[in-house]
Amino acid sequence: MAVIRWYERPALPRSLDVMGQLKKEMDRLFTDFSGRTASPHRAGVFPPINVSEDSENLYVSSELPGIEPDDIDISVEGETLMLRGERKLPEAGEGVNYHRREREAGRFRRIITLPARINPDGVDAIFKNGVLKIVLPKAVEDRAKQVKVKVQ
Amino acid sequence: MAEKDLEAKEKMELQTTAESTRDVPSYIPAVDIYESPEALTLVADMPGVGPDNVAIDVHDNHLTLRGTVTIEGEKERVLLQEYGVGDYSREFTLGRAIDQTKIEASIKHGVLTLTLPKAEAKKPRKISVKTG
Repeated sequence: MAVIRWYERPALPRSLDVMGQLKKEMDRLFTDFSGRTASPHRAGVFPPINVSEDSENLYVSSELPGIEPDDIDISVEGETLMLRGERKLPEAGEGVNYHRREREAGRFRRIITLPARINPDGVDAIFKNGVLKIVLPKAVEDRAKQVKVKVQ
Repeated sequence: MAEKDLEAKEKMELQTTAESTRDVPSYIPAVDIYESPEALTLVADMPGVGPDNVAIDVHDNHLTLRGTVTIEGEKERVLLQEYGVGDYSREFTLGRAIDQTKIEASIKHGVLTLTLPKAEAKKPRKISVKTG
């Protein structure tokens, strides 16, 4: 539940669209983990994440292009996952002239409350082509159990 | 520079009238472009794209970058989606003559680096002025 973030809000309402504001607030309150999002997410905290699950694991994915795996720090404590790191961009060198500069360097830190209990010993992280995928095995008691129907 | 905190930017989806043959969205990769006396270098963020899934095409003064992403985890149930996964596509018009035989490309951790050496004739030549 707590993965929902508090989106940036202007200090003062930009318009007098009170009903619109109210609707946004309500949409935010009713966004939950079932995937029902009333409005598309506008991410403010880096990095944006995608969370998914299957019967055994939770998966947290994030796009971290150009970040060295050694500069990514992942820690799990209880139901909290922390993702921290720094994106360093190599210097282009002396005497170059930039035409476009859209990529940015900097530090990041994000704390995610997981929607299920997990087994911290089995957590695995895979970094492939700049995409990080963290595999968090669900605690045995949180796994969905298959119940067989007996025929009498 | 290193003291800065990163902020998330929404991925820009490519708006085009041409229909894609692939049923995935296309995004515009963020790029840096810089010029040295010898070459033009383009650096593009394409997370999820590996060396075999990049297509670079230079035609006259038109440069096209395309990266395709393999969509994984389709059997998983989505709980939260803050970013979209899809291909990358971006086109540029090159303002200078490029030596097309010497273009080099590499990709690492989802970042494509493209070095486009300038054609010999276009390199700045220093002309010394003699006094008569």
